[in-house]
Amino acid sequence: MGKYIELTKENFDETIKEGVAVVDFWAPWCAPCRMIAPIIDELAEEYEGKAKICKVNTDEEPEIAVQFGIRSIPTILFFKDGELVDQMIGAAGKEVFKEKIDRLLG
Amino acid sequence: MLDCAIIGGGPAGLSAGLYATRGGLKDVVMYEFGLPGGQITQSSEIENYPGVFREDPPISGAELMEPWPKQCMHFGLKHEMEEVKRVERDGDIFKIYLPNEKVVKAKSVIVATGSTPKRAGFKGEEEFLGRGVSTCATCDGFFYKNKEVVVLGGGDTALEEALYLSNICSKVYLVHRRDQFRAAPPTIERVLKKDNIELILNATIKEVYGSNMGVEGVIIEQKGKGEIDLKVPGVFVFVGTIVNNKVLKREDGSFICDVNERGEVIVDLKMRTSLPGLFAAGDVRVDAAKQVVCAAGDGAVAGMEAINYVREHFE
Repeated sequence: MGKYIELTKENFDETIKEGVAVVDFWAPWCAPCRMIAPIIDELAEEYEGKAKICKVNTDEEPEIAVQFGIRSIPTILFFKDGELVDQMIGAAGKEVFKEKIDRLLG
Repeated sequence: MLDCAIIGGGPAGLSAGLYATRGGLKDVVMYEFGLPGGQITQSSEIENYPGVFREDPPISGAELMEPWPKQCMHFGLKHEMEEVKRVERDGDIFKIYLPNEKVVKAKSVIVATGSTPKRAGFKGEEEFLGRGVSTCATCDGFFYKNKEVVVLGGGDTALEEALYLSNICSKVYLVHRRDQFRAAPPTIERVLKKDNIELILNATIKEVYGSNMGVEGVIIEQKGKGEIDLKVPGVFVFVGTIVNNKVLKREDGSFICDVNERGEVIVDLKMRTSLPGLFAAGDVRVDAAKQVVCAAGDGAVAGMEAINYVREHFE
């Protein structure tokens, strides 16, 4: 069963540098983040082996949040081969995520 | 075919689901694209849901809503994490259009799609949304720890969130276009007592400016006093809401039931819309008080009426 990848400053660059990676910046106290949490879980399962579905807890990894200028959560960044190619601010339905990921995988 | 499709998973949708299932309907599905709870889960505090009270700190919207889904599921409500595109009447039944051309049939429909925060309309608001402009203090307040922020608005939400932010941020400028607030008196009193909340009244935001990294300042226009340039990195906007009525729009843009000039769904005291079998509950309806307790009450009424409708027309 696929599970999302928990990113820290130790494994961040290594994880996103190849292929398609989706990074959800979240925190435990953020309601819209909790709202999309089950969607992230499902995506991790559906895209296992195809795209890396990741999460950054901004409480525990403030450096990464600062590095990308995150000022609002959830913010979702989409990377392809280490390059930031798309982003989304705020909660959205699963189809919106899938559309963006599929386009990058295309 | 579903007995009842509920669109939206806030207090109205959940209560409708509770009453519809517990009252005897079998196939009841609530469509909510993520975790249920609704807009109130973004509120840092709620003091007026009867029977649920904690003085200090006040109970949060997320805490209030946490047990609701479980209670509904216990009586048989099903939750589908899908975003409904639109609803249409087809003969005696309804068709629910989902992503990827999927269509589900239902005998009755309860629309409880609620409302979303309104934009204030100042320059830079869209451009910097999520990069300094926010509509959720509990989500984004943390990023302004020990910094100065502006809160725009004069209602309950604006004042409650200004109080919440005043505990995180070094200073909160509360900007309001009138000289008096519309919020509940106890909330106003707490705001006035707070040392690090500065009121800027009879004023509006003219512009938010910044760079690639986000907001760097706000230009405020105050009646009779001219412009104020505040170098703050964050602006929180709480100027009311607009109703989410998109699912009731046909492809040609017309509505499947009567709505008023603001797009709010017209219902009677039983939450019946102009289209038999279609009910509306909570913030999406006309004259909504936009309170959790009222949305829950609407949901209960709509749930019971959906049962009556299905029994009368299909049994």
